[in-house]
Amino acid sequence: MKRAIPIFLVLAGLLVAIAAANPFFLEPAGFLAFLKRVAPLAILAAGQYFVIVSGEFDLSVGSLVTVEVVVAARLIDGDESMTWPVLALLIVIGLLVGLVNGLVTTKLRVPSFITTLGAMLILSGAVFLWTGGAPRGALSQGFRVFGREGVWAVLILLVVVTTAVLLMRADFGRTLVAVGDNEKAARLSGVRVDRARVLAFMISGLSAAIAGILLGGFAGVSAQVGQSLEFQAITAVVLGGVVLGGGRGHVVAAIAGAFTLEALFTLLNLHGISGALEYAVQGVIIIAAVAAGGLRLPALRLSPSKV
Amino acid sequence: MEDTGRKQPSAPEVIIRMTGIGKSFLGVRVLRGIDLSAHAGEVHAVVGENGAGKSTLMKILAGVHQPDEGVIEIGGETRSFAHPVQAQRAGVAIIYQEFNLLPERSVADNVFLGREPTRRGLVDRAAMEAATARLLDELDEHSFGPRDMVKDLSVAQQQVVEIVKALSVDARIVVMDEPTAALAEHEVELLYRLIRRLQSRGIAVLYISHRLREVFDLADRVTVLKDGTHVGTVQASEVTTAALVKMMVGRELDAYFPPRAGEQAVGEPRLTLRNAGNGKLDGIDLELRAGEIVGVAGLQGSGRSSLVKAIFGAEPFTRGEVTPVRPGNVREGIAAGIGLVTEDRKAEGLVLNQSVRDNALLVVRAVGSRSRAAVADLLERVRLTPPRQDTEVKYLSGGNQQKVVLAKWLTLAPKVLLFDEPTRGVDVGAKAAIHDLMRELADGGTAILMISSELPELIGMSDRIVVLRDGRIAGHLPAGATEEAVMALAAADGAAA
Repeated sequence: MKRAIPIFLVLAGLLVAIAAANPFFLEPAGFLAFLKRVAPLAILAAGQYFVIVSGEFDLSVGSLVTVEVVVAARLIDGDESMTWPVLALLIVIGLLVGLVNGLVTTKLRVPSFITTLGAMLILSGAVFLWTGGAPRGALSQGFRVFGREGVWAVLILLVVVTTAVLLMRADFGRTLVAVGDNEKAARLSGVRVDRARVLAFMISGLSAAIAGILLGGFAGVSAQVGQSLEFQAITAVVLGGVVLGGGRGHVVAAIAGAFTLEALFTLLNLHGISGALEYAVQGVIIIAAVAAGGLRLPALRLSPSKV
Repeated sequence: MEDTGRKQPSAPEVIIRMTGIGKSFLGVRVLRGIDLSAHAGEVHAVVGENGAGKSTLMKILAGVHQPDEGVIEIGGETRSFAHPVQAQRAGVAIIYQEFNLLPERSVADNVFLGREPTRRGLVDRAAMEAATARLLDELDEHSFGPRDMVKDLSVAQQQVVEIVKALSVDARIVVMDEPTAALAEHEVELLYRLIRRLQSRGIAVLYISHRLREVFDLADRVTVLKDGTHVGTVQASEVTTAALVKMMVGRELDAYFPPRAGEQAVGEPRLTLRNAGNGKLDGIDLELRAGEIVGVAGLQGSGRSSLVKAIFGAEPFTRGEVTPVRPGNVREGIAAGIGLVTEDRKAEGLVLNQSVRDNALLVVRAVGSRSRAAVADLLERVRLTPPRQDTEVKYLSGGNQQKVVLAKWLTLAPKVLLFDEPTRGVDVGAKAAIHDLMRELADGGTAILMISSELPELIGMSDRIVVLRDGRIAGHLPAGATEEAVMALAAADGAAA
């Protein structure tokens, strides 16, 4: 957990800076709005954490989010009675994509970077083919409530965080980290390495499904809804001090990374810096975070001065 | 050109002289006061048991490690190498057991790797291939050519490529580390011829081996290392095999070992192998009984590690009878109550970035065992000092790391526990603790199989000893066998078998 301290300091600093620029942030409604905005990315980061800590990547989650939203809109098409069956279907799709990613990576031994890059392209292509670029249909009120009502979003976020923490404390989580740290030693200790990794991909897929459900209500239906979310999620995880390559880092810190990233975007926004800069900022952050992971002390020194 | 160059009459130039070489790793002294010299056209053998310091000494000469003390002179000039490239430029070529060749490139590419001749900025392939062909010709090697792919060559041919590489850099000193380890019998003869050719070119050959027959066949002088010290250097013609073995192993059993199992302590069989084998092992008959520590001796490559990995299920037996179970994978082995303390604990035994607690619980978590022994008790039992659960294992000493590995397996209450070099890289105090613990486990009814390259340890700990050679059991020895007896069986070049 020691590695995670810098990210909490940075996050605290950013939150103070936001509050200074915009006092509304400190009111319950303002803070709730922030949480609602963070929730999808935080959930994706939690899912991505499981994959990264096991030593892999999941680049497919952004496209998967889009698929989830587009499929939901088309199948529900404004029909309230379809809400729950479709929600169930979305969860199944998420788990299934994760399962395929996991099986291809472990059984066919395709590096996950390639597997999930392929999945990302396949899913984007499928959405484009199916919608012709313009998604049809509409979400139901019952569906949109999850992303729109701050209370729901926060509740779901809480459940996700709690589940993630509990999973990481359970045998599954501990052996998953062991796999990411030293696959060979884990295998020779009887760990089912492939099974652990497949489950990690399924958790990531599930997190994309949940994030998609929230984003559908929050941001509406479009073929761009999930765009670049995979990179945001990975940036968040890395920002939380989780080491690419696996075996090190805490899930709460990964989630804090998502909060930090969103807080930074909010702050840039408040200071009138164009949203177009977001990508560049993200690029700088991910490189800086990985570099700082190599030299821990500078990261610690940097954090207070940021305030 | 064909004359053997052995015992050349003229007083030749000393090419390499190492004086007073010493080296420590992390405070552990691995070499001390080593002197070694070789003159032009000499084959100088360096012998010693595993862990005697041969490889470290050669790596110092190769510039891989820097000595803490001592002087290296090449051609009369004092040299120090900060990097292997500097050693290479000074004329030192090392041919490691594992060749440094790129399988997907041609012979010529490999020979000139990193120093390709160029013409107008482009690699001059013709020059490269011509030069390689000339060198192959000089070595009388016509079974392959400069354009053949390295991956298509036999091991012996690849060795020739390494030698050509050495010649192409005008090496004056060629170090060969166990060059015959991977060769078939008839290929050894070819190697001898090559070495004699190197001699006749005035190259000094340092020949590392534990196979004494080769040493007597080839060497002019022999230097014996033991436990990182220089036992002596003798003329090969003036020493007998027995005397050389004595120099290699003749040390006193100064270490303390716990008492052996009494007659009545040895119980029912825990594991029986009948004619078991796989790709690396053949015809293994072995019985492990409760309460007994069985030692496994053998040279590197004799199949020791393969044996424990096969019993454990990591590299399973494919034939033969194993009772009560022949595990087909690690999980089946663990389910059968078998544990393996691997040789390389950092690569295969531990998850270094995780806590002591996570490491100790790895096996029970992996197999989802219900019984959770209290970690605190376990750590006390393996005498971890201090018994802190939250320290990341990478910060522990070698001895403490090994105790954590032991704790991991003790959670299983194993019926059979396999140890591959249990005290390698472990300080003296922890060594004794691990030895005590092993005996304690045996007394508690666990059957123990232990591999050790350290003969005093093997002899001190084992209730009986099995010697492996070339993937087969070469013989059995009772408790308290002499080091000479073990070595004779392990290294027997036909004679003592």
